[in-house]
Amino acid sequence: METPGFLEPFQGRWTKRHLLDLESLTSDEITLLLDVAQAFKDSTESCRRKLPVLTGRTSVNLFFEDSTRTRTSFSLAARRLGADVVEFSASSSSLSKGETLLDTAKTIESMCIDTLVCRHKAPGTPQMLAANLDCAVINAGDGPHEHPTQGLLDILTIRQHRGDLAGKTVAMVGDIAHSRTARSNIWGLQKLGAHVIVCGPSTLVSRRWEEFGVEVSHDLDSILPRCDVLNLLRIQFERQYTRPFPSVREYALLYAMDRKRMERAKSDILIMAPGPINRGVEITPEVADGEHSVILHQVNNGLAVRMAAMWLLNDGRATS
Amino acid sequence: MPRTLIQNGRVIDPSQGIDRVTNLLIEEGRIGAIDVDSGLEATRVIDATGMLVVPGLIDLNVQIREPGFEEDETIESAAYAALAGGFTSIAAISETNPPVDSAAAVTYLGRQATEADHCNVYPVACVSSERQGEEMAEIGILNNAGAIAFSDGTRPVSNPELLRRALEYTLMFDRPVLNRPEMVELSRDGVMHDGKVSTVLGLAPMPTEAEDVMAARDIRICEATGGKLHLLGISCSGTVDILRRAKIRNVGVTASICAYQFANTDEAMRGFHTSFKLNPPLRSADHIQACIAGLKDGTIDVIASGHAPRSSEKKMCAITEAPFGMVGLETALGLVSTHLIKAGHLDWAIAIKAMSFNAAQVLGLAKGTLQVGADADVTIIDPEQRWTVDTASYRSKSFNCPFHGQELVGRVVETIVGGVSKFRYDAA
Repeated sequence: METPGFLEPFQGRWTKRHLLDLESLTSDEITLLLDVAQAFKDSTESCRRKLPVLTGRTSVNLFFEDSTRTRTSFSLAARRLGADVVEFSASSSSLSKGETLLDTAKTIESMCIDTLVCRHKAPGTPQMLAANLDCAVINAGDGPHEHPTQGLLDILTIRQHRGDLAGKTVAMVGDIAHSRTARSNIWGLQKLGAHVIVCGPSTLVSRRWEEFGVEVSHDLDSILPRCDVLNLLRIQFERQYTRPFPSVREYALLYAMDRKRMERAKSDILIMAPGPINRGVEITPEVADGEHSVILHQVNNGLAVRMAAMWLLNDGRATS
Repeated sequence: MPRTLIQNGRVIDPSQGIDRVTNLLIEEGRIGAIDVDSGLEATRVIDATGMLVVPGLIDLNVQIREPGFEEDETIESAAYAALAGGFTSIAAISETNPPVDSAAAVTYLGRQATEADHCNVYPVACVSSERQGEEMAEIGILNNAGAIAFSDGTRPVSNPELLRRALEYTLMFDRPVLNRPEMVELSRDGVMHDGKVSTVLGLAPMPTEAEDVMAARDIRICEATGGKLHLLGISCSGTVDILRRAKIRNVGVTASICAYQFANTDEAMRGFHTSFKLNPPLRSADHIQACIAGLKDGTIDVIASGHAPRSSEKKMCAITEAPFGMVGLETALGLVSTHLIKAGHLDWAIAIKAMSFNAAQVLGLAKGTLQVGADADVTIIDPEQRWTVDTASYRSKSFNCPFHGQELVGRVVETIVGGVSKFRYDAA
């Protein structure tokens, strides 16, 4: 299929082989990804229509961690672009027979695949694969390091609802220490001119984060009136040895976004959450399902962002 | 036994305060004389013009993986690699399975080393039975079998009571306890130095407090017992401070640092390369500067290689699952020369003292000196030779070296053990 007209302005503008993080991207590259995602979204009417621009291409989902939305989103994105999708399960692979991760990846690559989408609990695993493979590698979350497409879809959602990011104040609340979403958001948001606040208990948001250029706060109530966007991150108990706060009850009391706190917030505040959400811990049901919540928009935007990433890394690249 | 005359080299022997261009004679496997005439009759004459002639290097922190992990390294291959790195003696720290906690294990190690016939290999036996950190190993029996020091290697002696008993007990045999100061409760599952880079990368951190707190505890116990304690692989400014104060009080503590510690900061971890996953981890620049100051003023006694060979398949995995360590024997001298001496931080005399005489003193060996009558263990170094690290040419069985492809200045050109030339660099 020829490149559709709406994609032509973007063709040949992307130069990178892989999408591993937002830290290493320029603001222009981030904007290009967002623009292409928006174009996909606009042209496919909420992404329901197929656009077979990657027919004949193959994408492999190499997920070593449980995932619902990200895996489904990547699969759907590839299929909407006409690519074939292979789902790889670590537990039923030769990895369980002692094969190394890299050998497994090389074996898969030798079957002529075009894109490898990797999620792994260890930071750097997609980077390691990218350094050793010829196919395009997309990081679908590497431990607490980065989750670039999640960062992009969050930023796209904000841009759709509030326009230009410059000068906007975006707060991320919760388990910053263990959050790959937070890291990708911080790089992406700051490169587009937003002011970023990270907020949570001092055991999960240390003063060291100020070195990233963000504002650090431990008091949600004090920052709320200044925030245009609130992104509520899940407490990742599975990544912690010792609980970083005395009880879930105490955490909810200090940091859960509830109706009362909504009254302190700006009248047009956007409520976001990368999911999965723990209702009653980070966010109460009435806020999660309330008029300010754009949580489901985020999920929907994820599809467009992943279609954009796959297209740019394959047909949209300058060198292809 | 041949008579070897090493001519016109810059002889550096910190044990005697010698640093001058002169001639050195080796005969009957011992240092025969210094400052002899050039015309002296000899079986072999080595022209060492432009070279450094120093006491054979001694490494007190070498992980030998035999028995149990021969795919990583054997006693033979480690001793072979040591020669290429200029080391004439190495202390083999127990990282084996079974561990070196029996007389048979110590004897086996010695026999394998003798059969290999490369450099001197000195067994370091376990402090605790099976390296479990609970019961004291049979230190007296191990001592009688030939162990020259006691250590649980990369497993710190966490139990303070065990450390106290070990330091008291080893007093009877005048042997040191080598302990890695690391409070594992603070560094558990850590992968790298705790700092901005670990925060950016999302990698679990190893805070400096894990080393500082344990070092302080160890030193206090050492002071109370009067034992001989050596802290392996220190890397933090806080530890240097604590050590410095302890030495002012004449506590019987010494410490070593790994040569790789000076070559990179924690920024090197940004590539997620598992070869940079080291313990102690690569630290930030301020800690490196503090350690250099510690070397200069004698707070840190010894520079070791921290040789920790691991086969490729063990390192070719996710960074959180990869084992710590790098092969270090063949690059240690080059790293010291490039990053400490050429960089202007240290002179050769201090470096050689830290890599030879001081290590011998810690281990209680009559080595690390060019005194007349001493064993003729000699290393000849070309301090200006530029070379590129190529793991394909390594004598070690493992290639887990993050410096592959890097250029270093200064390399070993000949290693003489007991008067016999065991290694010569062939430039061709």
